[in-house]
Amino acid sequence: MLNIKVLGSGCANCHKVEALAKQAVAQLGVEAKVELVSDVKEIMRYGVMSTPAVVINEKLVSSGRVPALSQITTMITDALV
Amino acid sequence: MIEDSSAERNTQTFFILGLAAVAWYVAYAFLQPVTEYVTFDLLRFERGTHLGESVAFFLYDVPKILLLLSGMIFIITIVRTFFSAERTRQLLGARSERVGIGNVLAAMLGIVTPFCSCSAVPLFIGFVESGIPLGVTFSFLIAAPVINEVAVVLLFGLFGWRVAALYIASGLTIAIIAGIIIGKLKLERWVEDFVWQMQFQAAPGDATAMTWEERVQRAASTTRDIVGKVWLYVVIGIAIGAGIHGYVPTDALADVMGKSAWWSVPVAVLIGIPLYSNAAGIIPIVSALIEKGASLGTALAFMMAVIGLSLPETIILRRVLKPQLLAVFIGVVGIAIILTGYLFNLVM
Repeated sequence: MLNIKVLGSGCANCHKVEALAKQAVAQLGVEAKVELVSDVKEIMRYGVMSTPAVVINEKLVSSGRVPALSQITTMITDALV
Repeated sequence: MIEDSSAERNTQTFFILGLAAVAWYVAYAFLQPVTEYVTFDLLRFERGTHLGESVAFFLYDVPKILLLLSGMIFIITIVRTFFSAERTRQLLGARSERVGIGNVLAAMLGIVTPFCSCSAVPLFIGFVESGIPLGVTFSFLIAAPVINEVAVVLLFGLFGWRVAALYIASGLTIAIIAGIIIGKLKLERWVEDFVWQMQFQAAPGDATAMTWEERVQRAASTTRDIVGKVWLYVVIGIAIGAGIHGYVPTDALADVMGKSAWWSVPVAVLIGIPLYSNAAGIIPIVSALIEKGASLGTALAFMMAVIGLSLPETIILRRVLKPQLLAVFIGVVGIAIILTGYLFNLVM
């Protein structure tokens, strides 16, 4: 099972990324847990300075932007390999 | 093989970009004759009448501002794909030893680094943890929101390049000077303690690895996002501006917001600080104020206070700054904005 974390302190863009991640997971039909991490200390642990960021299975895959749905899908399929 | 196809894709991307640039230029160049034709020949408004001129003004200004916004936001987003918060941190870390130089660089990087006020906290921690002085960090945090592309484009479109340049120059100056002062005061003890105890290892940024196709795609989607968000404000703002144009006496505000009213600058800043609005919402109002006798310095000071010192950003920064430092931050930036307002009133 995949563990997808969306890092961000609760701004509109962060919620957008969270929604996109959930949509990608549903489309791919993979088993994954999507969670929004808004604790600053937790966010900094991944070395991220610009949010929203995406972490899949503890690996940072995107930061400082709202990726397109297709890009998130690619990130998830890459993590599955 | 791989190189070939990526070179081909680059050529294709540049070809599409070239076409878009030509289309943009043609639309911009023909805007005035076309809107005059539509207003006076198709819609049959009479030339010289107030209603006719207002309609022509509205039909010309709205597409002009929207064209300028799309073009400029696209270009600046392309520029920003070459920068990232991580890269800015590296650049600053290496050059912030001498007082002043770091502040100047930080303020300038504030313009080109992609920044959203919601990531102000991780950015702040990342900067100070890697040894960038507090004052230099503040120069960045002040410049980034104040000098935003929407504000600059609207000022350029509605007031001309001189006012736009003046706005950028004063935003930079305020960020540099306020940063130097905060640095000199040595207020590190008023940063929340947990910030100093954190272990921070920056992840490598992904800005350098992008292809041109990706840069253009990101610029196109950012432009769509921003223009989609602000176009309604622009239309309403210009409509209100066109309306006020005719119905409010020209010097109605001269007494309260003109040069002679010395207290108008601090009052405008005090009113502006708790207000929160985006640049698109505030600039049409500012343009109406100026038309009715408010002086440029007072109006610009009001605008900077609204955009640069907003309540939501202050609340976000409270998570890493103790109340004392937050108060110093607001005080120093507020005073710098007030002085800039006086300076403009004096020289313009």
